[in-house]
Amino acid sequence: MSSWTPHLPALQVVVPLMTAPLVVLMGDRRLAWAMTTAASLCALAIAIALVGEVGEQGTMVYEMGSWAPPYGIALGVDAMSALLLLVVAGASTLGLLAAATSVSTEVEHQRQPHFYAAWLLALAGLSGILVTADAFNIFVFMEISSLSAYILIAGGPDRRALPAVFKYLAMGTIGATFYLIGVGLVYMMTGTLNLADMEQRLADVGDAEPILVAAGFITVGLALKAAIFPLHAWLPNAYTYAPNVVTVFLAACATKISIYVLIRFDFFVFQANLTEHDWQFSYFLMPLAVLGILIASAVAIFESNLKRLLAWSSVAQIGYIILGASLISVTGLTASMLHMFNHSIAKGTAFLALTCLALSISRLELKNIGGIAKQMPWTMAAFVVGGLSLIGVPGTAGFISKWYLISAALEMGDLALPLVAVILIGSVMAVIYVWRVVETAYFAKGTGVVAGDTIREAPLAILLPTWIAVLLNIWFGLAPSLPVELSGNAAELLMGHLR
Amino acid sequence: MEYLGLYNYWIAVVLLMTGFYAVIAKRNMIKKLIGLSLFQAAVFLLYITMDKVEGGTAPIFTADGAGQIFSNPLPQVLILTAIVVGISTTALGLAIVVRTKEEYGSIEEDEIQQMDGQETDSNEGSPKNSDFFVSARKPRAEDRNV
Repeated sequence: MSSWTPHLPALQVVVPLMTAPLVVLMGDRRLAWAMTTAASLCALAIAIALVGEVGEQGTMVYEMGSWAPPYGIALGVDAMSALLLLVVAGASTLGLLAAATSVSTEVEHQRQPHFYAAWLLALAGLSGILVTADAFNIFVFMEISSLSAYILIAGGPDRRALPAVFKYLAMGTIGATFYLIGVGLVYMMTGTLNLADMEQRLADVGDAEPILVAAGFITVGLALKAAIFPLHAWLPNAYTYAPNVVTVFLAACATKISIYVLIRFDFFVFQANLTEHDWQFSYFLMPLAVLGILIASAVAIFESNLKRLLAWSSVAQIGYIILGASLISVTGLTASMLHMFNHSIAKGTAFLALTCLALSISRLELKNIGGIAKQMPWTMAAFVVGGLSLIGVPGTAGFISKWYLISAALEMGDLALPLVAVILIGSVMAVIYVWRVVETAYFAKGTGVVAGDTIREAPLAILLPTWIAVLLNIWFGLAPSLPVELSGNAAELLMGHLR
Repeated sequence: MEYLGLYNYWIAVVLLMTGFYAVIAKRNMIKKLIGLSLFQAAVFLLYITMDKVEGGTAPIFTADGAGQIFSNPLPQVLILTAIVVGISTTALGLAIVVRTKEEYGSIEEDEIQQMDGQETDSNEGSPKNSDFFVSARKPRAEDRNV
């Protein structure tokens, strides 16, 4: 096994990428599911091994085809990417375990092998973004993951998935093309695509106009992909009309990977070379983060479709992640990384619970779940834990990242009070929108059941992954040393690049 | 004159903005896709332009090739990849348009929004005169359905 260790960064991408065409060849949907899940489990094992390796030896660098960088393409895994690899592979695996029960209600049987192939390509693309150290490679993997995400979302049973995914496609392509323009301009000035090499060569041309323009294009493009507040228009409908398990997978990791690229590009390449770039970065992103937290939470409070409610909550949570990063301090970045990890567990749990609900209820509207907790106690209990974690109640994973975020805000001097107030108001709003669901499910009279729905507890096969996610919420709420350590290392790595 | 000499960049910018405008302003899905393709093509031109060295030739080493000037081949290779990505995006977009036409009988976003009724995302903004357009177009949409 040990001789395989140096190749793990490459295998992380190669395994799902190579399995995808094989899955298409499988005619049988059960066989296709089994292969996909096996590949995803394999990816999860590789991610766990990589976390161990990164913990031992620091950053791992892999030279593709033994071509030395900057001429060859290098892969690199550090604390930051290892943490998110865990998120991506974990979300994919839990989603797939739930898919065994759930997908057949939403995707036709003969289309399922293609559906799973697209899933694996999305997994390969997202992992590829995380392992690569090359700016253009990031673009290619971003498009692989986006294109397969469009296919997965368009697989939704509701016809409204189509306009939703078209909007996502248009906005996502504009975002990726903006990124491409930015990379092109940096390449024009430096002649390199390797991120580490870029940082060094930029020192000569730091404040040149093309570089400033490139920084703008890259930031805005990735903000579009990451659904940072005013650019989030594609997200609520895309998440709402996607097949339920796809929402679990994408809500847990897709936007966070774009935030990862944004933070990585900014800190590794630009922060060290542009004058006062840290201030510009903060002044641009902090107001957007604050607005995102407040407005998106408010919209979530008034939303009656359960999936869209959680989707708006995702927009708000992206605000917390960006807020942490925009503080530009070790604690702030730690909070940001931690929240990426913890929010994906919390939101994954909540969406998994909705996936269970969807097996009994044809329309996931608030008015249809009156008193449903009596018939589906395990499902609703899972939703409650996911909701508590979203709010940030002590004992759940969400608390840890909110705690770090507030500590980071308190370091900010004059800004401390308003920022803490925003975080607390956002959390109170989360209490309201989670409570609306919980109140209806537990205390309302069961009146609004749609004709033809027979409500019964979800089968064990889907409750199992849901409750694994629930236990992860509690586990990382009580023993958070692993994500905290990785996030801390990542934050120090990032801050080390600051001028 | 110096600025006119950079005409390739000017063309790239004009194409970029034309495509961007079409994606944002047009309500017809095919027109949006055309805009998206233009938008991407502009970036291809930007990359191809920056690798051009005045008097440069193809990067092939000859036996007596000392002092030869080459154009940088790397951006061209990069853009080859980007073209493939662009084609895939357009193909997928067109597939979605076909599916939309099958499901809704229309590829006008106004009409689709109308059909989805109140459940459509509110932040799309309701276009003015939508009633007029729908009433004018509705018979045609029904004809196509038959």
